[in-house]
Amino acid sequence: MASHASTLQHHFENAEQQKDASTIGMWVFLVTEVMFFGGLFLAYFVYRQAYPAAFASASNKTNLIIGTVNTTVLICSSLTMAMAVHFASIGKKHLIVLFLVLTLLLGGTFLGVKAYEYNDKWVHHEVPGHNFDCEGCTDAAHTPLFFALYFGMTGLHATHMIIGAVIILILIKNAAKGAYGPEWHTPVEMFGLYWHFVDIVWIFLFPLLYLIDRSGAPR
Amino acid sequence: MANHAEHHIVPKRVYFAVFFALIILTLVTAYIATVDLGRWNIFVALAIAIFKASIVALFFMHVWYSTRLTKMIVMCSIFWLILLLFITMADIWTRTWMGVPGR
Amino acid sequence: MITASPAVEPRRNYLNQTEGLKSWLLTHDHKRIGILYLIGITIFFGLGGIFAALIRLELATPAGDLVESNIYNKFFTMHGVIMVFLFLIPSIPAVLGNFLIPLMIGAKDVAFPRLNLLSWYIYMVGSMFVITSLILGGVDTGWTFYTPFSTSYSNGYVIATGLGIFINGFSSILTGLNFIVTIHRMRAPGLTWFRLPLFVWAHYATSMIQVLGTPVIAVTLFLLVLERGLHIGFFDPAYGGDPVLFQHMFWFYSHPAVYIMILPSMGVVTEIISTFSSKKPFGYTFIAFSSVAIAVFGFIVWGHHLFVSSQSVYAGMVFSILSYVVAIPSAIKVFNWTVTMYKGSVRLTTPMLYALGFIGLLTIGGLTGLFLACLGMDVHLTDTYFVVAHFHYVMVGGAIMGFLGGIHYWWPKIFGRMYDEGWSKISAVIIFVGFNLTFFPQFLLGYMGMPRRYHAYPAEFQVLNVLSSAGASILGLGYLIPFCYLLWSLKYGPKAPPNPWGSPGLEWQIESPPRTENFDVTPVITHEAYTYTEEVVHVG
Repeated sequence: MASHASTLQHHFENAEQQKDASTIGMWVFLVTEVMFFGGLFLAYFVYRQAYPAAFASASNKTNLIIGTVNTTVLICSSLTMAMAVHFASIGKKHLIVLFLVLTLLLGGTFLGVKAYEYNDKWVHHEVPGHNFDCEGCTDAAHTPLFFALYFGMTGLHATHMIIGAVIILILIKNAAKGAYGPEWHTPVEMFGLYWHFVDIVWIFLFPLLYLIDRSGAPR
Repeated sequence: MANHAEHHIVPKRVYFAVFFALIILTLVTAYIATVDLGRWNIFVALAIAIFKASIVALFFMHVWYSTRLTKMIVMCSIFWLILLLFITMADIWTRTWMGVPGR
Repeated sequence: MITASPAVEPRRNYLNQTEGLKSWLLTHDHKRIGILYLIGITIFFGLGGIFAALIRLELATPAGDLVESNIYNKFFTMHGVIMVFLFLIPSIPAVLGNFLIPLMIGAKDVAFPRLNLLSWYIYMVGSMFVITSLILGGVDTGWTFYTPFSTSYSNGYVIATGLGIFINGFSSILTGLNFIVTIHRMRAPGLTWFRLPLFVWAHYATSMIQVLGTPVIAVTLFLLVLERGLHIGFFDPAYGGDPVLFQHMFWFYSHPAVYIMILPSMGVVTEIISTFSSKKPFGYTFIAFSSVAIAVFGFIVWGHHLFVSSQSVYAGMVFSILSYVVAIPSAIKVFNWTVTMYKGSVRLTTPMLYALGFIGLLTIGGLTGLFLACLGMDVHLTDTYFVVAHFHYVMVGGAIMGFLGGIHYWWPKIFGRMYDEGWSKISAVIIFVGFNLTFFPQFLLGYMGMPRRYHAYPAEFQVLNVLSSAGASILGLGYLIPFCYLLWSLKYGPKAPPNPWGSPGLEWQIESPPRTENFDVTPVITHEAYTYTEEVVHVG
């Protein structure tokens, strides 16, 4: 197996060991991310179970259509990222760049929509600690907890996406220079793992934050 | 220790199949939320989310094609997350189970 | 880069291969990074020790006459935060683990050397946050930061300290990540899992905890900082929050954290006992699996810190039983160490003295933990000096003794010098005596009802407190002496041979200090671990 000499670090015996080590390293990092977000999910479950009515009415304040559309945008970005990794592994330079750019655009769209939603919440006094007023909410006294978790969890998620966007820019630059090919495309693949993980977090955030008691049935 | 996973190129049609499944399921979960299933709404929503997350992990993240070690690492993360959530919730769920003098 | 004429110049090794501050601050060499950590943790140990001295000074008299109670609260908080997060958690893994694991597995470095250096910088930055908050006025919440005091009422610099610990957490996570990948993928040919030194197994188990547990305290502190800054109500009952949720999240990490502190020490002790009995450790497989068992079981016992918090009684019972179970793997190790020595040719060198002290003190510490695991007894003993004595027995009598033993054992390898055996034995004994005099009376105090974190106490407790404070001064002296003779040895100590102790470990088969690239040729391992042959045992 040909090793791309300039990319082989001196403490590794061969490129396969290096690639393997990078893959395991990234997965172990994702484990830490699971536990990091996990703490927030714990707080969510504890308080949703304690104040179900407050959580339900607060959740209904989020926009279902926007949330669903944004979720599909993120899923599209996952597809384009998978394509970018695919073309990196066969070394099609222009397609790598294309799909990385698409991923960045879709991710940027997601963040833009989130910014719109955040602003909307601010305007409607749904940000805890700042003239908070959950209009028409049942058990309004406990709704700040929902919104605190909403901003905390989606905020942390968005931070991860922003960091991801910065890294994509670096990958695009390197891809355009022809750095990635069949012998070595580890950074693209590793970043792909990170991006898909961030997508998975949103796959759980969406139903937990947007889809509580949407039927409008009397409780 | 040889890792054959990295030599395996996943066919593009697998990615598209997963993609379409994810989109459909997103629409399904959004729609079902508007149907009153009582206490089952959350279980359905989580079941769909778990399935979606699984196919992202297995196919987009190549876990299906990966080494035993990678699969073990993924299982550990799920297991430890469940430990954190379940045991803490177990405290909250059982707070009224046993009487304590004075309570 | 190796000089061809050893008669003219000293042989090149990792210490003198390159010179200048930049070559140290930008190094990728795991050995140099280990020494960078050693400097950091030594400074912070001294700082934490100063707070310990202030605490014991105040407690020498029953009245709260040295400082006001709010200042005293800062003493024990800073002592705890510095000792736990800035000293104990990194200590053995970041210093000895970093230095030795690649050597023990026949590798040139860890899997991610640049990440390793980044870990050190993260550690120093996080520590600077803590020191800054200290200089600005410190924190008074206790190292446990319980809400709602820490979020709503404390006047200390909670956010700065919280952020500092948050940042340090990433250093711990990255070290653990590095070790896991290194141990999985960088082992030399022929080095199967069951041929690994047990020091490596101990660090693998520790790394599991670092990776799985630390993120949870990170997010907990993140929420704490958010709440204190924005008054959102995650943990404030006034907004519907649950302070017990904070305790659950805090202890989910902080209990396994104590195993981060003790497991590496256990690994060190296994190596020392084996070498100085010239015998392979009894029950290798049991020791290896018990390390992993401690790491796993350590994650399901955290509720024993919440027995009196209004946690459900039912959950308390389950946590209590599990806390008894988690003692079993530790007990297995104690039996294994003891049997290793039986019919071995035991040499009472300084590292061996520390290891023997470790076994005795860890046993006492561990057994007293069982008293606390008992629900009924804990109601009486919790938040008393019994708890303080228990955890100091395991963390100081255990973890720190193991650390000092390891420093003395591997000193010749790391620095290429021998220290003075006379002084080192004397200080080991002084430390042992001082430690017991400091902390044994605290078991009695706790049992009699003296609460912890109080700067004043009823007069009937004074005698025991005076004994404890006297012991603390002896212990402090005991810690100062190694600092002196070890530093002295760097310049004036006799040069160390490759294998001064007659150990079969891989790290002892190369010169002291090692060359930067560790091995000329990647070794191929053909024998089991701890193979003591005539030529190995013949010392030197």
